[in-house]
Amino acid sequence: MTLQTWIAAFLTLCVFSFLYKDNPFYRFAEHLFVGAAAGYLLAVQWQNVLIPNVWTPLLHDHKLVVLIPLALGLMMLARAWDKGAGIARWSLAFYVGIYSGVAIPGYMQAQIFAQLADAAKPFAPGWGAVNSALVLVGLLTVLAYFFFSAPHKGVHGAGARVGIYFLMVAFGASFGYTVMARVSLLIARVQFLLRDWLHVLPGP
Amino acid sequence: MTWVRQLLAIDRRIIFLLVGAGAALPLLFPLNLPVAVTPRVRAAYDAIDALPPGSKVLLSMDYEPDIMAELFPMSVAVLGHCFRKHVQVIAMTLYPAGTGLGERAISTAAKAEGAILNRDYAWLGYKSGFQVVMIGIGENLRGMYPVDFYGTPLDSIPVTRHVNSYAQLQMVINLSGSSAADYWIQFAQGRYHAPLVIGCTAVMATDYYPYLSSKQLLGLIGGMKGAAEYERLIDTFGDARRGMDAQSLVHLIVVGLVIVGNAALFISKRSGGDGGGPASGSMTR
Amino acid sequence: MRRGPLLLTFLSGAAIAALFFIPHYKAQAANSMLLEWTLVVYAFALILGSISLWNSHARKVRNRAEGWGFSVVTLVSLLAITALGVWKGVGEGTPVDWIYNTVNSPLASTMFALLAFVIASAAFRAFRARSVEATLLLVTAIVMMIGRVSIGELISHRLPGITEWLLDVPNLAAKRAIAIGVGLGAVSTALKIILGIERSYLGRS
Repeated sequence: MTLQTWIAAFLTLCVFSFLYKDNPFYRFAEHLFVGAAAGYLLAVQWQNVLIPNVWTPLLHDHKLVVLIPLALGLMMLARAWDKGAGIARWSLAFYVGIYSGVAIPGYMQAQIFAQLADAAKPFAPGWGAVNSALVLVGLLTVLAYFFFSAPHKGVHGAGARVGIYFLMVAFGASFGYTVMARVSLLIARVQFLLRDWLHVLPGP
Repeated sequence: MTWVRQLLAIDRRIIFLLVGAGAALPLLFPLNLPVAVTPRVRAAYDAIDALPPGSKVLLSMDYEPDIMAELFPMSVAVLGHCFRKHVQVIAMTLYPAGTGLGERAISTAAKAEGAILNRDYAWLGYKSGFQVVMIGIGENLRGMYPVDFYGTPLDSIPVTRHVNSYAQLQMVINLSGSSAADYWIQFAQGRYHAPLVIGCTAVMATDYYPYLSSKQLLGLIGGMKGAAEYERLIDTFGDARRGMDAQSLVHLIVVGLVIVGNAALFISKRSGGDGGGPASGSMTR
Repeated sequence: MRRGPLLLTFLSGAAIAALFFIPHYKAQAANSMLLEWTLVVYAFALILGSISLWNSHARKVRNRAEGWGFSVVTLVSLLAITALGVWKGVGEGTPVDWIYNTVNSPLASTMFALLAFVIASAAFRAFRARSVEATLLLVTAIVMMIGRVSIGELISHRLPGITEWLLDVPNLAAKRAIAIGVGLGAVSTALKIILGIERSYLGRS
């Protein structure tokens, strides 16, 4: 049993102790988590982004073009001071612009056109046609529900009502799967405590 | 009905204890309940199984240790299947803390199936930036990864020697717990038309059904249950299958709680109660 | 003061959207370069966030606010891991890698695992069949929870098939509508941002 296992087990129990009630062990683990997560993120950004994309190209390859993202990045830091908001706006403008530009073709191609094309294909043969029709009805009625530019009255209102039922089934399915995911994580933690720490389960 | 009120106001710690016991007991005393294979996991398996020996796939394991419970067993199972079918794997990760996990998954599967580094698989390691890497691979793999994780140039590695973009790959497999999966759909599949299989956490799984219908995805492996199904398909018994008894029992407990909660509320209302007072609607009590 | 940033948004957004459609390798190289620049800006945004985190906890320590001792834990771990990571790296076998596997990984996964307990408690107290909609959600969730695991098959061999139908038909329809809705929303918002109609992200003048 290594020191690493003992520390991990202690921290695992610190977090689980919250289930009894809020206590100093949990608060210690919580604050450690925040600091460690932020520290790790910063270290990774330094090693994997700033060194290969700024430091190395600038000092070793003398690529002056990287001064542009460096300047934009440094301008972002101006936001830490109240008077620096105007300077930081330039970095924000660049960042938001790029991601808006990336979003347009990406979403158009993968989510809008591809999904509309699949929705518009001929129905499956036999009983499959019933399912195809249901999918189409579900799609149209949920879209009707999301259409807020007109009041949900008359045919539109009835459609939106049916759309809500489809949404509820989908959310129910998502809820079931969310429970499944969280339970899986719990099982893995229990596996860690029982197998790696206490050795009461056989090894993998 | 005092007992109904008492039941609805039950201390949350009793519920926690039930859930904890539900997770621990089946691990200590396993029943080894059968794991049924669902069509979407089978589709993922079939897609990989249909690849002829010598095919090359890109496997991106985009997750970190916090959700490894779901995705690590999946990685080992998918890698094991590829190695068994003599499908060559070029593996990578878009998460820095996924590096150690990816390497561990590969070495576990390689050891079990007798696969050899550089002959059967290459490990490229971590590269930052989702879209940058995905577009970069589409244009020039060596631009993104001039060398593998161990510093060997890609031209010196048999598995990667003739691969320079998605065009030379028969499939892309993404095992992910984040929006990386959406970007693989948008870029690797949408833009470069690479056949794509996705494995994801259970939370994400239901969102990807439209992409299965539109054939943007060939298969979908969802969560630890999906991993357990894949383990069954390749006839291994890993951590995912070991956890399935506990998964069943905790699900039963949660469903039981929902039914009891609703029944108690119903009885309480019929007898003119207020539905349990402060208990209803509060989840942190 | 905002005209310059708005122009920058327009130029960068329009350029990257146009580059997507140009298959020439030089266009793709420019595309990748712009995306790499955003990684650098993002890194600095994270530094900014950490400065803010530092300031908030340092203030608590300075003022000896309630629980200031815990803030010391945050400050020390933030500083120590950042310094170690910058100095020794974050790769396999480094001290930060060891800390990540010992501290970050169990803490993060246990925090998520806590949700299993909270969901169970919430299911008992708040998951009520009060209306047709809520009943639909509740029944679907129950069928999914039972039908997708081993015990479901033992209860009824039809259950897995029912869950598959729920996922393949009503779930697919709703999720497709959401995907299309989100796609349309994202594209229209992106266009509004690029064209300077939507400016709230720049804050007040």
